[in-house]
Amino acid sequence: MNQNQALFEYLLRLGDSDMILGQRLCEWVGNAPALEEEMAIGNVALDLIGQARSWLTLAAEVASAAELEAAGRSADDLAFTRDERAYRNLLIVEQANGNFADTMARQYLFDVWHYHLLSALSGSADERVAAIAAKGLKEVTYHLRRSSAWIKRLGDGTEESHARMQDAIDEIWTYSGEMFIADEVDNLLAVAGIGADLNRLRSLWQADVQALLAEATLNCPSMDEYMQRGSKQGLHTEQLGFLLAEMQFLPRAYPGASW
Amino acid sequence: MIREFDNTQADHRNQPLIATDRAGQQLEQPSIEAIWTLLDAVPDPEVPVVSVVDLGIVRDLQWDLQSGMRQLVVTLTPTYSGCPATEFIEEAIAEALHAAGIANVRLHQQLAPAWTTDWITESGREKLRQYGIAPPVGSASKRTLLGEEPEVACPQCGSHDTVQVSEFGSTACKALYRCNSCLEPFDYFKCI
Repeated sequence: MNQNQALFEYLLRLGDSDMILGQRLCEWVGNAPALEEEMAIGNVALDLIGQARSWLTLAAEVASAAELEAAGRSADDLAFTRDERAYRNLLIVEQANGNFADTMARQYLFDVWHYHLLSALSGSADERVAAIAAKGLKEVTYHLRRSSAWIKRLGDGTEESHARMQDAIDEIWTYSGEMFIADEVDNLLAVAGIGADLNRLRSLWQADVQALLAEATLNCPSMDEYMQRGSKQGLHTEQLGFLLAEMQFLPRAYPGASW
Repeated sequence: MIREFDNTQADHRNQPLIATDRAGQQLEQPSIEAIWTLLDAVPDPEVPVVSVVDLGIVRDLQWDLQSGMRQLVVTLTPTYSGCPATEFIEEAIAEALHAAGIANVRLHQQLAPAWTTDWITESGREKLRQYGIAPPVGSASKRTLLGEEPEVACPQCGSHDTVQVSEFGSTACKALYRCNSCLEPFDYFKCI
């Protein structure tokens, strides 16, 4: 694997995680518990889809410039015409919304990771990567502020909200470990100074999550528990296929449709 | 990302619409300063009281004379990655320039340095306040982002007794606040 192939793969992972979580969050629009929360969720989704567009646009550029297999495909092609097994998003982001606590637990664990990841990538040796990361970091800072506040509010809230938030954390936890499992792509780009060091990310994430859950009077599960994995090889949970079927329906049924 | 806007007809694509002398030079070349003034009249589609210049979205204007054809290069930066107004703003800018007789325009999107609310002009801040949106408080330092809530003055009555209702308001760039004195809800333009 050469550096361009690794970078293309890496950009797909970044773009896909943002896009799939953005798409998931959009399912709350029309269903959120309060109007303010609906707007907040919609805005977070919009930020993520915007970031996904930046990453996938760059992925398409890299593929064409380096004449990779995906050369000639646009960001939209990558988003709407890849099948499930070609998707590289983290398993955590494709999990169903569940109740509001489930959504916020998923969001918080992802946001802490996303924040530290983009902080690291802001100093990437590839200035195109650094530019997208630095821009996204400003947005993600607000995502993290909001999800942190909800973890505290529900965790340190009523008996019922505490119980539900604890259940939500326990339930989603098994999908968190995958964020720190490095493979050949991660290692190659970390050495080149382009990608992030996942070991360092893991310790930053662990320290933040443990501190916040303690403040929220919640029990923090162990990072040594069994963790689900597979997204880096395109092995997803059953949740992703349904999401893609909805997201890709229009461009697949009406190729080239525009307005 | 570069988008070219050229409103000349296909059969005389290489000729600017503005009157030219025999050497193909435009008789009048609008100064860069005049173009800044022109663009200061292009409103932001989501907050129409402020212009794209007030918001700091237009980063640079340059005449590119290299190709022998005078081309105006406009460098823009998006406010938020997912801002749905980005394309709309590009088209509004191209349209305003074309209407002023500048036919050959190249729009260039630049991500770095990332847009910050620190670039909103003083007049832009005042216009936001008069419109009912509290302008960003302080600068977009990391401390502001992660630290305590800023003290946001109510744009209606000026009271500092305000409370944040939601981290996000009607758009990603705003938070929703409520004034405890006059009880009015209002948008706050977040530091970023």
